[in-house]
Amino acid sequence: MASVLYSPRDPGLKKRDELEDMLEERRRSSDARHALRCYAPAVYKGLAPREVSALRGAVLQSDALQHVIGQVSAECGERRELVQEEAAHLLDEMAHRLRLGTVRFFAYVLSKVFKTLFRSVRVNEEGVQRLQQAIQDHPVVLLPSHRSYMDFLMMSYILYTYDLALPVIAAGMDFMSMKVVGEMLRMSGAFFIRRSFGGDKLYWAVFSEYVKTMLRTGYAPIEFFLEGTRSRTGKSLTPKTGLLNIVMEPFFKGEVFDIHLVPVSISYDRILEESLYARELLGVPKPKETTSGLLKARQILREDYGVMHVYFGHPVSVRSLAQGRVKRSQYNLVPRHIPQRPCLAAQALVGEAAFRLVRLQEQAMVLRPWTLVATLLLQNPDGMDLPVLEEQAAWLRRLALSFGAFLDWPDCKPCREVVGAGLALHKNLARVSGGRVRLAVAETPGVGQTAEELAFDRAVGVLSCASYRNQILHVFIRPALLSVALRTANSSRKDEVYTCFNFLWTVFSNEFILCPGASVQDFEEACYLLGKCCAVQESQQDIVMSEGGHATLAFLRALLDPFLQGYQVVCQYLCKETEENLRENKFVPAARNFALQLILAGTLKCYEALSSDLQKNALAALVQLEAVTKVKVGDQVTLKVNRRAASSLEDMLGGRIPTQKPVHARL
Amino acid sequence: SSHFFRQDIMKWNGWGYSDSRFLFNKKGQGEFTGKRYRLSGMILPSLKDWFEATFGTSLQHKTPATPTLNVSAVPPPNLVEPFVEELKVAGVAASHDPEGRVFRSHGHCLHEIFALREGRIGRVPDLVVWPNCHNDVVKIVELACKYNVCLMPYGGGTSVSSALECPLEETRSVVSLDTSQMNRILWIDEKNLTVHVEAGIIGQDLERQLNESGYCTGHEPDSMEFSSLGGWVATRASGMKKNIYGNIEDLVVHIKMVTPRGVIEKSCQGPRMSTGPDIHHFIMGSEGTLGVVTEVTMKIRPLPEYQKYGSIVFPNFQQGVSCLREVARQRCAPASIRLMDNEQFQFGHALKPQVSSIFTSFLDGLKKFYITKFKGFEPHHLCVATLLFEGDREKVLQHEKQVYDIAAKFGGLAAGEDNGQRGYMLTFVIAYLRDLGMDYYVIGESFETSVPWDRVLDLCRNVKERIVRECKERGVQFPPFSTCRVTQTYDAGACVYFYFAFNYRGLADPLHVYERVEHEAREEILANGGSLSHHHGVGKLRKEWMREAVSTVGLGMLQSVKEYVDPNNIFGNRNLL
Repeated sequence: MASVLYSPRDPGLKKRDELEDMLEERRRSSDARHALRCYAPAVYKGLAPREVSALRGAVLQSDALQHVIGQVSAECGERRELVQEEAAHLLDEMAHRLRLGTVRFFAYVLSKVFKTLFRSVRVNEEGVQRLQQAIQDHPVVLLPSHRSYMDFLMMSYILYTYDLALPVIAAGMDFMSMKVVGEMLRMSGAFFIRRSFGGDKLYWAVFSEYVKTMLRTGYAPIEFFLEGTRSRTGKSLTPKTGLLNIVMEPFFKGEVFDIHLVPVSISYDRILEESLYARELLGVPKPKETTSGLLKARQILREDYGVMHVYFGHPVSVRSLAQGRVKRSQYNLVPRHIPQRPCLAAQALVGEAAFRLVRLQEQAMVLRPWTLVATLLLQNPDGMDLPVLEEQAAWLRRLALSFGAFLDWPDCKPCREVVGAGLALHKNLARVSGGRVRLAVAETPGVGQTAEELAFDRAVGVLSCASYRNQILHVFIRPALLSVALRTANSSRKDEVYTCFNFLWTVFSNEFILCPGASVQDFEEACYLLGKCCAVQESQQDIVMSEGGHATLAFLRALLDPFLQGYQVVCQYLCKETEENLRENKFVPAARNFALQLILAGTLKCYEALSSDLQKNALAALVQLEAVTKVKVGDQVTLKVNRRAASSLEDMLGGRIPTQKPVHARL
Repeated sequence: SSHFFRQDIMKWNGWGYSDSRFLFNKKGQGEFTGKRYRLSGMILPSLKDWFEATFGTSLQHKTPATPTLNVSAVPPPNLVEPFVEELKVAGVAASHDPEGRVFRSHGHCLHEIFALREGRIGRVPDLVVWPNCHNDVVKIVELACKYNVCLMPYGGGTSVSSALECPLEETRSVVSLDTSQMNRILWIDEKNLTVHVEAGIIGQDLERQLNESGYCTGHEPDSMEFSSLGGWVATRASGMKKNIYGNIEDLVVHIKMVTPRGVIEKSCQGPRMSTGPDIHHFIMGSEGTLGVVTEVTMKIRPLPEYQKYGSIVFPNFQQGVSCLREVARQRCAPASIRLMDNEQFQFGHALKPQVSSIFTSFLDGLKKFYITKFKGFEPHHLCVATLLFEGDREKVLQHEKQVYDIAAKFGGLAAGEDNGQRGYMLTFVIAYLRDLGMDYYVIGESFETSVPWDRVLDLCRNVKERIVRECKERGVQFPPFSTCRVTQTYDAGACVYFYFAFNYRGLADPLHVYERVEHEAREEILANGGSLSHHHGVGKLRKEWMREAVSTVGLGMLQSVKEYVDPNNIFGNRNLL
């Protein structure tokens, strides 16, 4: 089963399940009956479900928590009972209170809501069946992708609808501020974690023991988001490994026979938070989640959000992952309730698994034709004639399919209709007039609008559109890196091309899901894919563009262009920044302002350079490449810039100077 | 002659006495033949259904064993003539008769018996010698050193670690040193309560003879009908009643062993010494790699005044383990306490003989009703512990109450003496069942480990599941019988026994599948904090894990002892190291 994680060489050959519309049944029969129907899911090993109060007791009395309570009480000289009380308090703040009544209420309301929002919600029922089996055999961890608040509501709704055990869901504490909704979510299975509790030993112990107890007893499937938060860009985020570490530990310690990790890919035709995200990326702060804010969202209900796709991936067995990698006997010599740092092998395994799982999510994400259209429109800011757009979309479709994209492009319909449907659904982003299609961004400032405001307005349009293009980037990213490398390399010798590829790969390792240490594999995959679509020719030593490869390579380079430009802007900014002690929290606004000035001056056309996500990723890359050092002074973090390094990095990204080897890897 | 005595009444290709075996009679009823056991001559009406349902077999499909040994298949002996000559001069009995050599060429691992049933004979010893006393052994070892002959000590032949297999790479003449003629009790010391015995004595003979004088050692391994005192010492054996009498290392006061370097023994019989590392611990568990144990002084006890069996039914295995743990915590374990899981409980039922009276069957029905309906025990979860109390009557009754009171706290219900007694009786006949299975495409084995208390449940579950999983992945058509029991309790942990068996119809190489599954099961045991072996030993079967088990330095220590004691590898069975 380990092979599940390693995609076959030719991703196009992957077999995927059929998707069925689960709302169809809802449209035919009574929602109230659906909400009140007999709900009797199959549970882990047929065990009787445990009461919430029994779970609480089990966690509070667990050896692991008692051990830490003893430690904490000794360390801070507090009475044990007080620490125990504190632990109980933390647990109550955290714990879910899953109640069937609330679930039924949600089942009713969400039936109504989803039917209004979506034309259909398509689910791979084979995946649901696999999940049902997995839940009975092993503790299950559900790992959905995270693009919208809808994600976990939909997950629970689907599981309820298919009569599967309802998950308990790790949610961020921010929901708690929404009094009523927070409590409702709690009663439908959400439990709440503080965003940061780095040094708080007791909190960590309560939290990890809570999760592990549920897992060990097969209390319910546990659901959390590997990406940690909603991706605002449509790209998958670099996975966080904290929770994954916790849920894999019971296997390492032999407390369960196996644990199954189920990646779930959720994709939307239109994301509810579309323009909200773009604004957030441009620095309009995220609105605090309040109940009244959610009510305002009622207008959302009037819009058409098209189709939603949910794909349940094959369960990945932790046992198979760990086979031959992690020696479980390392835990033999210390009582298992005493916290132990996992060995390096285990840490590496968890990290790798996290990336692979996110890649599995990406690969099973249903892509709609609109994502291709958005990609083309972004590459042609001056607009395209509709027939040209259609023709290019058809071409891009073939390319995407040959790269293994999970593209939901109806075979039977003419291309014109398919493209037209996408344009119709996204009329807020693209506008058709006089047979020409272009992004729906303002050309001239509106009344009383400053040039700055106009620029931001346009940026909102571009970033919204980019969030759709970003959904398909994972399909193209490796060949795209290679395309750029082919252009910048001094010769066509493979090792030189690889050096350039590896440089870009390293720079963008925070931007895209590139599994650590897999640059050689990725290079080979890129070569294979470009060879397959006849864009390059490979020989023993060399790799060169084929005669007909120009269009493909140019397209792929253009795909990376906003990122290359954006990163260069960040480098430029850092080189020009005169402030010696640049505070880290000032970096994003300052970089944004720098980019904005370039745009206003007309020297920069790339609106994506304004995205805080890109800026943060670029900074992380610069830190990684040691062009920037983070210095902690008191509780402030300041950035120390190595201007020469940043400047040469900028030149390398711009292809102005040859790539030096930033990282040593063997081809 | 008495040399061949045991071999004449025992199976050459299966477990135990030739006259005792399970079979399905013409009516398809299970039956146990012979007269030796309580179950002998009885009809077992539920065995067939259990057997067919558990293994998915049919009595139509038989895999009978080769009936007799094909002597011509036995390789001719590779003899060192002057060695044989000098033995004769020294008056030591020896033989290269093929049957005797084959008989001593194996233990009772599945692959060993499976091969014999198919008539496959591998490397066998070239000669069997029967020393009569310690001095004979000294002579034999001297001659073996002189002529560079490989010696392999042979006691009761009940090894389940491939310890008796002749190493394939051994090119020298291999001589099986059968200790069975050194079987006398040399003296009993009633003041110190010790007995001095020749190491070839078989367990049941030792116990019977001591009983005649009103004593016992109390050492009762499950193999005691056939295993020898020397074998116990060489493998670090454990007895069912170790809670009262201790394991072999607690029972032994003095050991005499003949090695190529000479005789090793202590100079006195003090009950405990601080004289550096205990040299007995180089001998115990040495598995025949250092020399031959010839004489042993052991502790003895007066025969107990009173014995009482008992049994407890628990709602599930977890409760049962918790109860055993509590019993161990309070240090009030009876002479024996064992906990079977649900599968073994059901298996025990399958071996219930035909009941003779309507009254008994009525009572059985009532009991079943009480436990499952009235007490709400789930028949597919409940499990049973068997108990044996020993001592003076009053104390036994008091002790019994204490244990049952603890059990009650874990939902345990007393389930009668009969069930307990039958449980222990089954211990001795269960080994015969494998031969029945092998007549019908079923192969199986048992293996054991020891594990800290907090990991008992996890280990049992994971190992059982691993067996099921591995069988499935390797193409076994029907889910295997995968079951366990806790057979010993200690202060800090327990001994766990696994049984597993499967129907191998449709498998091209069942033995290979079997070996892989056992291998993976052992990996799982080690990963879950279990030991490499509690009492079966390492032999050649588990050698690959020795370094991991005792560390490189530990292994080096053992190797350097071997190097000093036996530099020319005269005791070349290649066990352990």
